[in-house]
Amino acid sequence: MADGGIGLWTVPLAVFGGAIRVSTPFLFVSLGECITERSGRINLGLEGTLVMGAMSAYGISYLSGSPWLGVLAAGITGALLGALHAGICSLPRVNDVAVGIALMLFGTGLAFYLGKPLIEPTAARLPAIDFGWWSDIAQVRAALRINVLFLIGVALAPLLYWAFKTTRWGLLIRTAGESADAARAMGHSVLLIRLRATMVGGFLAGIGGSFLSLFYPGSWNEGLSSGQGITAVALVIFARWDPMLCLWASLAFGGAAALGPALQSVGMTSGYHLFNAAPYILTLAIMIITCSPKRTLTGAPAELSITR
Amino acid sequence: MTTDTADSAAAAAIAPAADPSFLQRHGQAIEYVLIPGAALAGALVVFGIFVALFGKNPLDLYFYMYYGAFGTWFSWQNTLARAAPLILTALCTALPAQLGMVIIGGEGALLIGALAATSAALALPWAPPLAVQFAMVIAGIIGGGLWIMLAGALRQYRGVNETISSLLLVYIALAILNHLVEGPMRDPGSLNKPSTREIGAANMIGTIPGTDVHWGLVFGLVAAAAAYILIYHTTFGFAARVAGGNIRAARIVGLSVGKLIMTICFLAGGAAGLAGMIEVAAVQGRTNANLAAGYGFTGILVAFLARQNPLAVIPVAILLGGISASGGLLQRRLGLPDASVLVLQGIIFVFVLASDALYGRIGFLKGKG
Amino acid sequence: MDFGRISRRHLLQGGAALTLGTALGARGALAAETTIGFIYVGSRDDYGYNQAHAQGAAALKKLPGLKVVEEEKVPETDAVEKTMESMINLDGASLLFPTSFGYYNPHVLKMAQKYPKLRFQHCGGLWTDKDPKNAGSYFGYIDEAQYISGIVAGYSTKSGKLGFVAAKPIPQVLRNINAFTLGAKLANPKATTQVIFTGDWSMPVKEAEATNSLIDQGVDVLTCHVDGPKTMVENAARRGAMVCGYHVNQSPLAPKAYLTGAEWNWEALYPKFVKMIAAGETIPNFYRGGLKDEIVKVSPYGEAVSEEARKHADEVKSKFMSSDFVIFKGPISDNKGKVVIAAGTDRGQKDAELEKMDYLVDGVIGATS
Repeated sequence: MADGGIGLWTVPLAVFGGAIRVSTPFLFVSLGECITERSGRINLGLEGTLVMGAMSAYGISYLSGSPWLGVLAAGITGALLGALHAGICSLPRVNDVAVGIALMLFGTGLAFYLGKPLIEPTAARLPAIDFGWWSDIAQVRAALRINVLFLIGVALAPLLYWAFKTTRWGLLIRTAGESADAARAMGHSVLLIRLRATMVGGFLAGIGGSFLSLFYPGSWNEGLSSGQGITAVALVIFARWDPMLCLWASLAFGGAAALGPALQSVGMTSGYHLFNAAPYILTLAIMIITCSPKRTLTGAPAELSITR
Repeated sequence: MTTDTADSAAAAAIAPAADPSFLQRHGQAIEYVLIPGAALAGALVVFGIFVALFGKNPLDLYFYMYYGAFGTWFSWQNTLARAAPLILTALCTALPAQLGMVIIGGEGALLIGALAATSAALALPWAPPLAVQFAMVIAGIIGGGLWIMLAGALRQYRGVNETISSLLLVYIALAILNHLVEGPMRDPGSLNKPSTREIGAANMIGTIPGTDVHWGLVFGLVAAAAAYILIYHTTFGFAARVAGGNIRAARIVGLSVGKLIMTICFLAGGAAGLAGMIEVAAVQGRTNANLAAGYGFTGILVAFLARQNPLAVIPVAILLGGISASGGLLQRRLGLPDASVLVLQGIIFVFVLASDALYGRIGFLKGKG
Repeated sequence: MDFGRISRRHLLQGGAALTLGTALGARGALAAETTIGFIYVGSRDDYGYNQAHAQGAAALKKLPGLKVVEEEKVPETDAVEKTMESMINLDGASLLFPTSFGYYNPHVLKMAQKYPKLRFQHCGGLWTDKDPKNAGSYFGYIDEAQYISGIVAGYSTKSGKLGFVAAKPIPQVLRNINAFTLGAKLANPKATTQVIFTGDWSMPVKEAEATNSLIDQGVDVLTCHVDGPKTMVENAARRGAMVCGYHVNQSPLAPKAYLTGAEWNWEALYPKFVKMIAAGETIPNFYRGGLKDEIVKVSPYGEAVSEEARKHADEVKSKFMSSDFVIFKGPISDNKGKVVIAAGTDRGQKDAELEKMDYLVDGVIGATS
């Protein structure tokens, strides 16, 4: 310890720290997608939204000097992309999965196109709150430097859980997701409910992107997302459309992503490609274990195209 | 979308001059050409406005797109060479779509197919080239086929969503490929580009005589035609379409849905695996990380733009091949960034999908009934 | 709207450039307007590998009589062959710089055979006697700059632990890690370098995680070999560690934490090539060099670098500049205790054995597989 290292403790600490650092984008995208899917639509385009959010947050933060303005811009960008998705999907016979793939492409392309001049400059970054003041160990202190967005995300999960269960708003979304006819019979416009749900979903996904560019890893470049948005969409299915399970799944994913580098740092060097694929293998394994062909997925919105 | 309606309005304005009975008789066929055409035109207009915002002349843009994709014999070859793998990877999405399944993991099947084909070639160092190539085709199809069949089996027997599982399998396939190429299968001579050993110049499949386009294009055309015949002109294909329309009805009439899913997924993965084999045997000569060039992902786009029709996959793949072929010219002559190709693809995709709403709704094409 | 006029004008331009280009290529001398094509594997604004090359291309744009065309994000598939051909056929390029390592075999080789009168300058050390004479390799011994970085890092570390975030365990990367470590041991014989491989050239989240893990292990000076070092530099600086840059000068990102860095100096090399051609000389097919040849350089020292470190580093640097200083001088053993360079053996920079490096020297914590 005298030399400042903490030896094998690095691994659990990295997984813990990674769960906090890496999980936030997963958390925001999955919670957003959870709202959208509960209303009966799937938006695979959140990968594009995430990247667009990251780029616009970085750009606005750089231009204005205020990272929070960047977060807001990312959210608005996300909501606009969500509105575009919902708008096209509200046309008859349009497949929402396909529109999602189209917007994934469009969002990523647009972000790369507009983001070229933003790779080199440094934008104002979101602040961190120091929760590790009580510890003498620098590593623990570093792991506990937490961004507010993470805390918001963690608070959002139970809030959504509660909202889906008890509020009128939650009931409307669930009704639209379970039976469009029932929602119509109640005198509500299903398209409008889904438009709002997709916009809120996009808003959250955009904020998830702002975390990537403004906090961790903390700058804009084209390799920034490497599929986190699409993985987060997978995560929702794996979390059974339950916001609380989305939270745990995001934390597990973040921790799994930290596992590969951490194991190498303590000398577990062989097969690092396979360790790096751990999050994907883990998701697939859990889906295989928990799914069943006999019944439809518990919690699955009946109107959702991919579960029908 | 405004341009879209404007285009159909323009078309409607011309319509009265034509023979209405002809239009009504062939309404559906005309729709299949007119609507995607109008969507494409609308997308090009929007993209033109987009680049105009950045101070580029849209007319230059259209000219260079045409020139780079189809303007010269060289451009045509460039386009066709890029289209070849897309036809095959598009089938990986289009075939399962007949059953109502959304498979987006063609990239993974391509990588596994390439690995399998390379292994087959390396296992047969003494065999004559034709035998090696044959073995590579078979191995590529089986490798890719089993990979997507896994997603199909998980769907059928464990209820795991195939869209998600096929995507996760892409990342897993890439990790396997990197692991093997940098470890057990690495050619010690491949110093800074970890690769497997080369399959040997004699085993390469070469180009179509008189062109620079490799034989992969022919493989793609044959596979697309075979897929079309299978789906639209065989009992098996009929059964698949019935099951795709309504799984319960299919079960009631005694179709084995499980068998259909497994077979279709195998064929779909086989097509992408074949694309991987061709990348090895016609382009790279070995397997390395270069194979993950995104053909599998562009294939998804092709399949959806082709409305999952195996024959329509061919022109759409050529169109997208042309867009990527002209992308370089847009960078060089107009100073547009590489991402403009992605933006354009995204816009076209959005327009074509939105135009799905127009089928059967264009007034002058509707019969009186 | 006059498409005919536009196309004729552009076609004439293209055609004129083409004939001019080939004629020039045949004579090997430069005249009025020569077109040079640059091809990058990633985005040319990546603040790393590709940007370093783009800065070299920008230096050429300033010279009279040269036209530079650039294309970014060209994958290492047949797409790069088509890009080269497109630059040749449509832009009239007579000198090409495909700047990514994986472009060489088979793509550059194929094009060099097909266009024997044009010149292909590939970045990487792959050219051998068997390859076409109109192809050439150039590369910089950037390990010399890494060695200097290592010396500075060795003086600057308090814990004696250095960190290296690397993409893949390939000879080029291993050579940098080893040179960095050997340099550090000059300053501090007990210094160790811990290495983490992220698996690919651009993985920002993994790079950030690797940086954090290394710092958690007590590392206080880091460097890297990935395409874009920005992530490592910023995250390390945030945790209070010091950094050595790579590819280009990243000191504006973290002025206080930036010690020095190993940079490419393509701005100096590319105009040299052009002058050689203009003078009617042929560029050597295998052109490599280090600090002395101004192909690589060391970033200016940051404020945190001590007087002692500066003195030692400058002293070694002047040895590189004046003579053929040898980094890999036996006896050197790897980190498993095996002697890899025997006592009395000097492996100078041009030694082909170094190109096959598959070990990590004593003092490096990590493994190559």
